[in-house]
Amino acid sequence: MMRFLLLFSRQGKLRLQKWFTPIPEREKKKIIREMTTMVLARQPRSCNFLHWKDLKIIYKRYASLYFCLAIENHENELLALEVIHRYVELLDKYFGNVCELDIIFNFEKAYFILDEFLLGGEIQETSKQIVNRCIESSDMLQEDDSSEWYEVELFG
Amino acid sequence: MPAVSKGDGMRGLAVFISDIRNCKSKEAEIKRINKELANIRSKFKGDKALDGYSKKKYVCKLLFIFLLGHDIDFGHMEAVNLLSSNKYTEKQIGYLFISVLVNSNSELIRLINNAIKNDLSSRNPTFMCLALHCIANVGSREMAEAFASEIPRILVAGDTMDSVKQSAALCLLRLYKTSPDLVLMGEWTSRVVHLLNDQHMGVVTAAISLITCLSQKNPDEFKTCVSLAVSRLSRIVSSASTDLQDYTYYFVPAPWLSCKLLRLLQCYPPPEDGAVKGRLVECLETILNKAQEPPKSKKVQHSNAKNAILFEAISLIIHYDSEPNLLVRACNQLGQFLQHRETNLRYLALESMCTLASSEFSHEAVKTHIETVINALKTERDVSVRQRAADLLYAMCDRSNAKQIVAEMLSYLETADYSIREEMVLKVAILAEKYAVDYSWYVDTILNLIRIAGDYVSEEVWYRVIQIVINRDDVQGYAAKTVFEALQAPACHENMVKVGGYILGEFGNLIAGDPRSSPLVQFNLLHSKFHLCSVPTRALLLSAYIKFINLFPETKATIQEVLRCDSQIRNSDVELQQRAVEYLKLSSIASTDVLATVLEEMPPFPERESSILAKLKKKKGPGAVSVTELEDSKREGGELNGGGDRGPDTSAMSASNASTPSPSADLLGIRSSAPAGTAPASAGNLLVDVFSEAGPAAPSAAVNDDGFLRFVCKNNGVLFENQLLQIGIKSEYRQNLGRMYLFYGNKTSVQFASFTTSVSCPGELQSQLNVQTKQVEPLVEGGAQIQQVLNIECLTDFSDAPLLNIKFRYGGALQNLTLKLPVTINKFFQPTEMSSHDFFQRWKQLSQPQQEAQKIFKANHSMDTEVLKAKLLGLGTALLDNVDPNPENYVCAGVIQTKGQQVGCLLRLEPNAQAQMYRLTLRCSKDSVSRRLCELLAEQF
Repeated sequence: MMRFLLLFSRQGKLRLQKWFTPIPEREKKKIIREMTTMVLARQPRSCNFLHWKDLKIIYKRYASLYFCLAIENHENELLALEVIHRYVELLDKYFGNVCELDIIFNFEKAYFILDEFLLGGEIQETSKQIVNRCIESSDMLQEDDSSEWYEVELFG
Repeated sequence: MPAVSKGDGMRGLAVFISDIRNCKSKEAEIKRINKELANIRSKFKGDKALDGYSKKKYVCKLLFIFLLGHDIDFGHMEAVNLLSSNKYTEKQIGYLFISVLVNSNSELIRLINNAIKNDLSSRNPTFMCLALHCIANVGSREMAEAFASEIPRILVAGDTMDSVKQSAALCLLRLYKTSPDLVLMGEWTSRVVHLLNDQHMGVVTAAISLITCLSQKNPDEFKTCVSLAVSRLSRIVSSASTDLQDYTYYFVPAPWLSCKLLRLLQCYPPPEDGAVKGRLVECLETILNKAQEPPKSKKVQHSNAKNAILFEAISLIIHYDSEPNLLVRACNQLGQFLQHRETNLRYLALESMCTLASSEFSHEAVKTHIETVINALKTERDVSVRQRAADLLYAMCDRSNAKQIVAEMLSYLETADYSIREEMVLKVAILAEKYAVDYSWYVDTILNLIRIAGDYVSEEVWYRVIQIVINRDDVQGYAAKTVFEALQAPACHENMVKVGGYILGEFGNLIAGDPRSSPLVQFNLLHSKFHLCSVPTRALLLSAYIKFINLFPETKATIQEVLRCDSQIRNSDVELQQRAVEYLKLSSIASTDVLATVLEEMPPFPERESSILAKLKKKKGPGAVSVTELEDSKREGGELNGGGDRGPDTSAMSASNASTPSPSADLLGIRSSAPAGTAPASAGNLLVDVFSEAGPAAPSAAVNDDGFLRFVCKNNGVLFENQLLQIGIKSEYRQNLGRMYLFYGNKTSVQFASFTTSVSCPGELQSQLNVQTKQVEPLVEGGAQIQQVLNIECLTDFSDAPLLNIKFRYGGALQNLTLKLPVTINKFFQPTEMSSHDFFQRWKQLSQPQQEAQKIFKANHSMDTEVLKAKLLGLGTALLDNVDPNPENYVCAGVIQTKGQQVGCLLRLEPNAQAQMYRLTLRCSKDSVSRRLCELLAEQF
């Protein structure tokens, strides 16, 4: 299974953190620090895999963002790399040419998309269409909601 | 606003995020956040009830602040309120907050669980999914208790929507992992297996993770999944790249599902059914064939997905380890990857080949790639790839290529990254020892190691070279000559001085004939290093000097002078001073004969032959020797190890112990002061740790029952200790029940990873003793101690002991250790007080020959009355006074409580102080108990 996914910028600013197993906050901060220093120190064109404690760290850079995924020892590294890629594609499809700012300002959406794609550290749905349909339809629900709310404000 | 937000943007939130981003300093950010927190707090506390939107917005802001790394101590209740909103968007934010800021407040948990329960029964699939996501994200025990029985029902119900099924499967998996005891197998399990046939690929993909995990734990119950998985795999592998529509990823059909299927099959041996097996082999061949086809796309995603399946197939082929043809094809494929332009593929190929190297079918095929691997070690730019190359060289090493590989590794060491030097040193040391045909090569290699990477040569390595030199007289002269030459270097590593001092002290005479290395030259050479060395090395050198006096009487005056000078005899270090004083005295008062006896050459220990080396030779694979076997050898060859630790004085010690059991032994006082008890253990341990790391499977450790017998008459203490790990025990027993606390202490400063323990009751013990425990945390930090509780129930009387197996990784090396747990039948004793009359009456009742067990044995320990009494009380019986007519004798009585029956036991122990013997007699109402107690007790006195 996957243990955690971190998104951080080239400056080491954390943009998204997803933990698939319960970890104390203090420990999380330690891990985040370790991951950013370790991954940011890597030379370009190195391989995308690292051993860290009893986990494998798979990382990949997309524009200004590093995606860093920790998987258990027996898991498949190449496939993990494609998990990252598929997530980027999902974000891209939703935001349209996703950039770091989209994730900063719409962090909750980034989490929602992730929850449709991965659950409990395993793949839930790999189909781009299905995941996107899920998110789009909940956005539809959201738009209905907000129109309702505007009315309330208008008349209340 | 710089970014467009879709759906309904929360304007206030975007403004706030903008503000934070515009903060110029950390202080400004904190100020802005505090302002916002105050604002939100007042809104939440205000009289005016907040509408859903505002509540959602504020909760979302809190979440943002928390994710920035700040503590949030309020807002949970508002988030919980959002859960019961009818508006999807509010509910969604509520759930997100709850999942990220998991709270242990029980009142909140009750409310959250209520909300989840409502959503699960809402029949609204989007709500159901949200609730399931939350359970999977939190995965707490409380949630498992509340929902573990509900979710399987949702998962297999006929009318459940596909998306809900997917979430339910993974949610159940999460709960099974956190609380396996709460997820009960049942009628649903067989239906879960059939989800492999589901027509919705997404459902299969989600369900297979659950099935794989369940199969690992209950292989028999799930074995029907093998044929289902094979047929599913076969359908995917043979499908055209467009057949699976959106489940085709860059022209590769369903890569995630394919890999999961191949992984599931790795939980089982090769299928027995010929047709199924044939179909599977066909799949594997197709996958291997596809690797040779031209790529359908230039995109890296295409090749990654395709190769992910290929590597997973190779893992399965290696797991089966039974198809020579496939193994060799796999090896050739990996061989191609070794020279691939993609660094990732080279890395994975090196890693995967390590496991192939240990299969007898492919070992030779792996070896043909040696030049490529050596080249990788030399030229790869990425250190993690070089490390994999070093691992593979180690794994493919055998007698035929050992010299080449060791030479390459040595030359790599000169420039190797600091992070991997110590590991490399150990690997070289192990290979050199393991494949040494002539020991001069071995000595050269180790001395080279010390020369090149002296700082990284741990004590274990140089102890070992000394042990081997002492045990092999054909190499002693060569070793003396080589160390003498090595010491000529103007700057040589302190480890070299240690080895040099020790070896010259023992075998300097073998090269003394040459005037260039005459005794005085040797001494002066050693002594020229003395002042640069640390205290332990100086202590070792002093011992070498006294040995010199014995070997070369002509050096006596010079050495005595050195010992006599103030810097020695008045050294502020107690150990050095003591040595100087004692050695000086010893050299001046002892006659040559006595000196020769005391300082005799270290005896070669025949046991040594039977320990590490012999055991290594016996096993074929590299992952051969376990810690505990070494522990045994340590006991046998204790003197020798001690020698390795402390220089020659232990031999002096043992000799003087033997010849004069007088205060002189205590005077030297080394045995008691030296950490000889623990250090020698380490001499073997670390080396062995690395042995065990090499093989893909951890070697099954021999059982250590050393600690076991010490616990027959006591309940608390240290069960096991080596250089890495200490295991302490506390236990208490009542009636037929017991509770044992195990304390695992990490003695190193490095984390233990994948720490797992398991307790097993071998053979018939399974039906005699019931031992239950919870799994421990997989990480043990350096210096930390973790605790595990065992609940023990004695069902009926037993003779064997439960086994405790401990596995963990220490610095990448897999440690495997099996200990006998000191749960013995006498732990379930209830003491019984009785009069002399009653005792003898019962004694007579138990007069059938098989009810009695008797043993006459020599005393191994003190025969002191108080010590004996303490032991007998520790046994758990009542010690009865005034029963036996002979007051020297001891008489005890007790009842052993098992679940099924009670066994009355009477004991009589008759010491004979003059002969230093005992006679022990036991009479019990059950003959097996008499025998077992007699065996156990005979070792105690």
